Amino acid sequence: MATQSSSASRLATQRIGFSLMTLMTLLTVTPILLVVAYIVWQGAPAISVEFLTGFPREGMKAGGILPAIVGTFYLTLGTAVFAVPLGLGAAIYLSEYAPDNRWTRLIRLAIINLAGIPSVVYGLFGLGLFVLFLRFGTSILAASLTLSIMTLPVIISTAEEALRAVPQSFRVVSISLGATRWQTIRRIVLPQALPGILTGVILGLERAAGETAPILFTGAAFFLPRLPHSPLDATMALPYHLFVISTQVPGMPVEIQYGTALVLLVFVLGMNVIASVIRSRARAKRQW
Amino acid sequence: MNKITIDHLFLTYSDGKESLRDINLGIAEHAITVLFGPAGGGKSTLLRVLNRLNDLADVTLVAGKVLLDGENILDPKTDVIRLRRKVGMVFARPVTLPLSIRGNLTYGLELAGVRDKSRLDEAVERSLTQAALWEEVKERLDDPAVALSGGQQQRLCLARSLALEPEVILLDEPTSGLDPISTGKVEASLQELKQHYTIVLVPHSVQQAARTADYAAFFLQGELIEYAPGKDIFIHPKNKRTEDYVEGRFG
Repeated sequence: MATQSSSASRLATQRIGFSLMTLMTLLTVTPILLVVAYIVWQGAPAISVEFLTGFPREGMKAGGILPAIVGTFYLTLGTAVFAVPLGLGAAIYLSEYAPDNRWTRLIRLAIINLAGIPSVVYGLFGLGLFVLFLRFGTSILAASLTLSIMTLPVIISTAEEALRAVPQSFRVVSISLGATRWQTIRRIVLPQALPGILTGVILGLERAAGETAPILFTGAAFFLPRLPHSPLDATMALPYHLFVISTQVPGMPVEIQYGTALVLLVFVLGMNVIASVIRSRARAKRQW
Repeated sequence: MNKITIDHLFLTYSDGKESLRDINLGIAEHAITVLFGPAGGGKSTLLRVLNRLNDLADVTLVAGKVLLDGENILDPKTDVIRLRRKVGMVFARPVTLPLSIRGNLTYGLELAGVRDKSRLDEAVERSLTQAALWEEVKERLDDPAVALSGGQQQRLCLARSLALEPEVILLDEPTSGLDPISTGKVEASLQELKQHYTIVLVPHSVQQAARTADYAAFFLQGELIEYAPGKDIFIHPKNKRTEDYVEGRFG
């Protein structure tokens, strides 16, 4: 009898435990749902063809946000151009070639620490190095380079992880068949790791697309109602534009603020969805 | 006629443990030489030295020579890519590359610069036939290799080595994960293949060693204890330790 009652009480404890954990899970999902729902509700009325394809008018209080959309697109593209080859190269080196010694441990430590630096510090660094010292000026080029440095650690660590996940036995077999190390990487390891690498790249770029601080001093224009002409042009960008119209312009219509937020959210979440699709497709096709 | 001569070979692992001590062994051409003994005896390590796969592991050569057709393959100047095309390897676990059946077979040849489609097709059919797999897969060469059963995958791995037309084939417990029928097929293939190739086999049991050996070498804790042609070593072992192992008193 004693054992029965104690097992009943353990069952009750378990139920309480499960309920609590379910509750906590729901609580973590709630904020994101609320944020998305609220921004859609507040911002949807502002969305129109003119809003998406027009230029801002009347001190940004009317018209569209095309320059900011195009600017964020260019900045993301520019970041990819610099960060992807650099990050992928570093990841391949660290995963496939680097010996485990004090030097490579130091490099890894540096990469981890790079990820921990506040984004505004990157902005200041970009101002000093790219804008002033290298004389790129406040430009898409300088801002993209700054965002690239910020994005590198994410790309390096996810790409390295994806490369390491490819079974070692593939490498041994390939080499035993007379392949060089590089042939093995190019023909076997990289194709297998590509989905994981792409996921990391997209997640990194997504973060870059949404950042304000790194572009604040390096490339973002307060108000520039035209499309950029060259990489050395400054540009409007969605996150900075959102900051400006939310805090710097008195009498700003609320739906324009939330409409801008909605566009940025769709831009970023859209990239996230692409990453998830790539990942799940690759999982279904994976051969190990 | 010896294809490979191992001459006073000493090896150690990077943690300082000695793995092979003063190995002297001649491996006959066009025959099956079996390296057997309890786990940790150094058989697999020796096998990996024969096509320099030990380069990938933490193994340091201390002293000695391994002569393949009279050339020391441990010489730093050896072209290891050419060596590995000449000395093929089949591993214990069948590892198919994440490619099609055909892709697995043509991989090594394409890396070696063979582009001619008819030559590749010829190599695919020949190697699959030699590994007794052609009839089972000829209709689905472009299917992914992982779709094959374990036994078929292991024969595909054997065929993959054969596609390169090597001179020596190394097999490291190639049937350890296979059922008796697949094992029988692999062993039968080996008997055919020894007409044209030099085969070095680490068997997964003493029984398999006795079934397949033309020559047999017994390894214990990094030492070559006994080496004999034919079945002698299993019937009349000269060394007490060989006798104990063959008769199942330890292992």
